[in-house]
Amino acid sequence: MKFKPLEILSHLILILGVLLMVLPIWFSFATSTHDNVTIMTEGMKFLFGESFSQNYNKVLNEKGGWSEEVTAAKMFINSFIMAFGIATLKVVISAMSAYALVYFRFKLAVPIFWLIFITLLVPLEVRIFPSYKIVSDLGLTNTYTGLILPLVASATATFFFRQFYKTIPDELLESAKLDGANSWRFFIDFLLPLSKTMLAAMFIFMFVYGYSQYLWPLIMTTDEKYWTVVMGMKIIFTENYEGVALPRTGERFAYIILSMLPPVLVVVILQRWFIKGLIQTEK
Amino acid sequence: MSFLELKNITKIYPNGTKAVDETSLNVEDGEFVVFVGPSGCGKSTLLRMIAGLEDITGGEISLDGVIINNIDPSERDVAMVFQNYALYPHMTVFNNMAYGLKNRGISKDKINSKVNDAAKLLEIDQLLDRKPSMLSGGQRQRVAMGRAIVRNPKIFLFDEPLSNLDAKLRNQMRLEIKKLQRQMDVTSIFVTHDQTEAMTLGDRIVVINDGIVEQVGTPKEIYSNPNTKFVAEFIGSPQMNLFDCSIKNGIAKIGEAQVNLDNLININDASIGIRPDDIQITDSGKFESKANLVEYLGSDMIIYSSIGGQDFSCKLSSKIDVKAGDNFKFDITPSSIHVFDNNTNKKV
Repeated sequence: MKFKPLEILSHLILILGVLLMVLPIWFSFATSTHDNVTIMTEGMKFLFGESFSQNYNKVLNEKGGWSEEVTAAKMFINSFIMAFGIATLKVVISAMSAYALVYFRFKLAVPIFWLIFITLLVPLEVRIFPSYKIVSDLGLTNTYTGLILPLVASATATFFFRQFYKTIPDELLESAKLDGANSWRFFIDFLLPLSKTMLAAMFIFMFVYGYSQYLWPLIMTTDEKYWTVVMGMKIIFTENYEGVALPRTGERFAYIILSMLPPVLVVVILQRWFIKGLIQTEK
Repeated sequence: MSFLELKNITKIYPNGTKAVDETSLNVEDGEFVVFVGPSGCGKSTLLRMIAGLEDITGGEISLDGVIINNIDPSERDVAMVFQNYALYPHMTVFNNMAYGLKNRGISKDKINSKVNDAAKLLEIDQLLDRKPSMLSGGQRQRVAMGRAIVRNPKIFLFDEPLSNLDAKLRNQMRLEIKKLQRQMDVTSIFVTHDQTEAMTLGDRIVVINDGIVEQVGTPKEIYSNPNTKFVAEFIGSPQMNLFDCSIKNGIAKIGEAQVNLDNLININDASIGIRPDDIQITDSGKFESKANLVEYLGSDMIIYSSIGGQDFSCKLSSKIDVKAGDNFKFDITPSSIHVFDNNTNKKV
C-alpha cells in the first residue's frame, strides 16, 4: 500500500492532535500509580508504578475535608446526582417549552421565546447572589434540590429543540391529529422519538456542564455531605497533616483521573446512540 | 339528507384572504367526488375544513347527519391521504398503519388482523417491518392509503396524493384508487389540479375557481356541457378552443370567417368554444387554414393553426396526412359549438 504525501501529512497532524490530548492524561494516570516519595523526588512519571491500588483505595475510602466526614466516593455520587439531575431536567424542560413555543400558537410566543433566549446573556455567575438568596430563603441550601434547581433552565437547549421542531412538517401533526393523537401523545409518540439524537446530544452537553459546576456548589454547600468532585479537587488531599510534610500528589492525581470517568462514561454510552441516530437519517 | 352536506361554507384567513366563498355541496354515501381547480383556488382548504384541520369561518358541514363544525378532527371519523403522505418516519409500516387504531383503544389482535388485511389488499404485506425511508414513492403512497383504510372511516379525503409520483406510476395508482374505492364503497373526496385525474376518478366533479364552485356534475356533463368559460377551458386536453366574436342572427363572425350556430341569437361580445376533437377535416370543408405546427402523438395528432387572427388547435387521427405549412379544410358541426357571453362568462 502506498501513502500519498498529503495522507501522511494529515495523519501526522491527527496523531499529533491525539498525543496532545492523551499524553497529559496518561502522565497523570502514570503518576497516580506512584507513591508520594517517588513523585516528590523524581517528578511526573511516564511509566506505570506500584502504588495503584494503594492510592486509589485511599482516594475512594479515606475521609477528608475539614471535619473529615466526606470521602471522594461520596463526592462522586454527589456530582453524579447533580449532573444527572441538571442534565435530565434541562433536557425535559427545554424540550417541553420548545414544544409549547412551536406548536401552541399563543399570543406572546415570540416575545417569550426571545425572553428565554436573552437569558443566555445572564449566566449563573452573574446572578449568583440573587440565586443564592432565593435558594437560601427557600431553605434549600445543603440539599440536592438546591444544587440542581437553579441550573435547570436552559436557553440553549430550548433554542435547539425549537429549531428542530420547526423543521418537522405540519402534515405530520395533522396526520397524527386525524389518527387521534392529542397534544401529549404527539409529544411522546412523535417529537421525542424524532429528536432522539438531539436528546442524546443535549444530555451529553448538559451533563458535562452540570458535572463541571464549581462556583455554585461551593457557595451552596456548607455541609461536606454535599460536596462535589470539582470542589473537592481544590480541597481534598491538600491539607498538610501534622508530621507529614509531603504533598499527596499521587492521591491527587488518582482523584483527578477518577473525576474524569463519569463524564467520559456518559459520552461513550450516549455517543453510540447519537451516532446511530445520525446514520439512520430519516426523511 | 345527504351523507356529507356543505352549507354556505366560507373560509376567510386572518389576513383577510377569502379562500372559499359560500360553497354548498351534497355528497351521497359511497360517492367519489373530485374537487378540481387551479392551484390556490381553495379546493384544498375546503377539504381541510371537512377534515377539521382548518377552522370554518361561516356555514355548516354535516357528516352522516351530524354537524361536525366543532368536532375534533380525531372524532370526525375521517381519514386523509396527504400530498407528501406524512408517514411517520420513526415508525415501521405496521406501526404507521396501526397507530390510529391504537389510539382508539382497539385490541391488539384486532389491530393485527386489520393491518394485515389492509396490507394484503395493497400488496405491501412484505414491507410491514420497514421504515418509510426504505420505501419507494409508490410504496409510500400505498402505506398512506393503508393508514386510511385500516381505520374504516366514514369518508376518505385525498389531498393531491398522486402529484409526487412519476407519470406511469400515477396512472397505475389512479386506477388502483378507483378500484379500491369501488371495492370498499367508502365515500371519497379527492382533490387534484389535474383534469385527467378528475375525469377518470370522479363519479362527480366539482370545478372550483377562486373559492367559488363553477360547476358540479358527472365527468360527461362537465365535458360536454360546461357552464362557464372557465370550466370549458379547464376541462379537456388539449383545451377547448375559444374564439372571441360577435354574433348576429345566429352567425358568429371570427375575422372574415362566419360560423353558423343552431340558435338565432344576438350577442355583441361573445366567445364560441369548440373542442379540438370536434373539428372535422374534410376536403369539402367550409373553412380553410394553414397548419402552423403539427404535434404527432402516435394514434392522434394535434394541428395548431389560426383563423381570423385567433389561434386554435384540432385533434385528429394521425392517419390524415397534414404537415406543418400545409393548408387544410375543415368543418364545424353547429351542435358541437358552445356559446359564452363574455360579460358574464356564462354559457348562453
